[in-house]
Amino acid sequence: MIFTRRLYTIIGLLILAYAFVASVQFADESNAGHFFDRLPHLFDFTSWLMPREWSDVWRALFDLPSVHDTGSEEYNFDVGRVYVFGSFYIPEYFQLMFVTLNVAMVATLISFFVAVPLSLLAAQNLSPSRPACFLARRTLEFLRAFPTIVIAGLFAAVLSIGPVSAIIAVSLHAIGALGKQFYEVAENIDMKAHEGVGAVGANWFERMRFAVLPQVLPNYLSYGLLRFEINVRSSTILGAVGAGGIGEELKLAISRGFGAKTLAMMLLLFLTVVAVDQFSAWLRRRLVGDDLILQHV
Amino acid sequence: MSQITAAHRQEIEARHAHLLKSKPLQRLMPLIVVMATLLYGVYALWFFDIPRIVSEAQWFRMGLYLRQWVSYDVQPEFRLGKDGITIRYPRFSPLGDDPHPDWVVTKPDGSKFIPFGSGGVTIATTGTTIVARGATVHIDVTSGKPVIEGKPPAWVTVYDEDVLADLGFSGDVSLSADRVKVRKRFFGWANFVFDTSSPFFGKSASETLGLIFSDARLDPSQSNLSLALDNIWNNSAWQHGDVWVKLAQTVVMAFLGTLLGAVLAFPLAFMAARNITPNHFLGSCIKRFFDFLRSMDLLIWSLFLTRAFGPGPLAGAGAIFLTETGTLGKVYAEGLENIDKKPGEGIQSTGASTILTHRYATMPQVAPVMAGQTLYQWESNIRDAATIGAVGAGGIGLKLWEAMRTNSNWANVAYMVLLTLLVTFLFDVASSRLRQKLMGTDPRR
Repeated sequence: MIFTRRLYTIIGLLILAYAFVASVQFADESNAGHFFDRLPHLFDFTSWLMPREWSDVWRALFDLPSVHDTGSEEYNFDVGRVYVFGSFYIPEYFQLMFVTLNVAMVATLISFFVAVPLSLLAAQNLSPSRPACFLARRTLEFLRAFPTIVIAGLFAAVLSIGPVSAIIAVSLHAIGALGKQFYEVAENIDMKAHEGVGAVGANWFERMRFAVLPQVLPNYLSYGLLRFEINVRSSTILGAVGAGGIGEELKLAISRGFGAKTLAMMLLLFLTVVAVDQFSAWLRRRLVGDDLILQHV
Repeated sequence: MSQITAAHRQEIEARHAHLLKSKPLQRLMPLIVVMATLLYGVYALWFFDIPRIVSEAQWFRMGLYLRQWVSYDVQPEFRLGKDGITIRYPRFSPLGDDPHPDWVVTKPDGSKFIPFGSGGVTIATTGTTIVARGATVHIDVTSGKPVIEGKPPAWVTVYDEDVLADLGFSGDVSLSADRVKVRKRFFGWANFVFDTSSPFFGKSASETLGLIFSDARLDPSQSNLSLALDNIWNNSAWQHGDVWVKLAQTVVMAFLGTLLGAVLAFPLAFMAARNITPNHFLGSCIKRFFDFLRSMDLLIWSLFLTRAFGPGPLAGAGAIFLTETGTLGKVYAEGLENIDKKPGEGIQSTGASTILTHRYATMPQVAPVMAGQTLYQWESNIRDAATIGAVGAGGIGLKLWEAMRTNSNWANVAYMVLLTLLVTFLFDVASSRLRQKLMGTDPRR
């Protein structure tokens, strides 16, 4: 018995090792530069990333004029200022970060409000009919698996390139992902309340409103907050492929090697992501306690 | 059950006052949340300028592109000369060079007829007659300009020098004094198996099979079977080979990144877990390191690594590896901190060393959770890998993005989307099966 189990373990590890070696070779062959040729250049980025003067990072972050400014794009920090009134302005990167955060926020709200009814239709114990359950589940699966980048591209062609196509792309994917998590929560509820409300003649909507939603809402909200964290990241990535926000600017700065600008944006993005994570972790703990945290990142 | 008296009820109310009487703020909370959400919604409408964007949206493009996902068109051009009509096809027409499709009918008087549904288009040197959508439109070109007799229906647009007739899904006709361009749309994917330069192009399935298994070689250097496979793999319109390799890259990127991340995160998580490493300073340093890797984000890592290794799957795999070390490290450490101490104490009391204690007391508790989480991450990384590909990190992402950017290759986009959906779906099913086996029940995720 132990022998066969060990044998399985060893065979499994061998297969894994083989798959690993084969994958590394495959990846290395199809890459533009090869791993060992490029490894010595791994830290080349320090040469352009280190700014001439560290206070330039600060200036880039707050759009203050730099002493190195000779009109080149690398140091024209004060060009991007967004004036609100008079001489009061919002620094460019804060504005862009704000756009990205708003994209994530709007997408989370939209997907939350669409995913709640869909999840109630998709939960096997609550669904009003089997075809509705089947249909809702397939819809969610489809939305979850559909490549985000294609939706963004399609809507960029229809609505002009910009944050709105990112909102649509992120929300459609989030509906699928949230809907699945939601119906799994809904399938594990205590059905007694549902039965009780049904027994006094409540219709489907009333049963959902008074028996199901009060039970699932804390979990739903906590999954919604988790999704917000994920959406901040995906809207940054979509930004880099042309949907506006801080991702686009960051991609430009890295590909051109603007050290101070890159560091400023990395700092801002890092702080934002940490702040969003901490805030949502705190709120989730207040909503459902610790038990959900383990299963999620 | 006994009746509750009024006194009894008051007593219960007094005992559980905090349940029955809520604070005003608590009662107003749902209303406040709803109002705030609504206000935010209005603000977002203004912030993103949504009314203007929606009003300026070109929705017709959506129909146009979606139509191209599942169809192809052939665009013959009819030049009206004094001595008759000559037909030209654009280069790279899906029908190959010099096609003679049987849906272009030459009538005895030299005019051409192309059927569209129950009607059709008749092209003569003097003018064109379109019978479609329950109407007949005759456009006369004898005066050197296209002229319509009577009032044209809504689907015909008249410009100064030319006329455009929109026939819906089946195509359109654009006319000027000396030429008529017809676009006829067919349902399906053209030349999906063999492209027009292949010797197997235009053959029926039985003919192709017959050729493949016949001894007479089409190309003396290789057998017909290998020629056919080569032609399919290098199909210039669909690029099957390239698409499949890129798709494999996406899966491999996710696999390598997740596996390496798991391998590095495993020992680090032991060092980070509070109940296993007594040194709390080291533990929280490692945890901050995990946070750093995670928060720097997949995008930044892939942009950096694309610069270091050049575009390709190595950069993507490296980016996923770095992010995943952070993610898995955090999950593993949290799993380790939640274990039951008792088995460990029992094994330690027999005099086992620390390593043996962890091997026989800690591992059996956390291994299924860790494996399940790792599988889940692999699956979700396949999805992410498809997106970061577009910034140059290898995989199908860039190919998809380029096909969409040109706005002409929507059928190829559909093909790649279909493949991506299939792969995602397969991994979804496989990983949830495996996780079910590992963890006994399907974990909530």
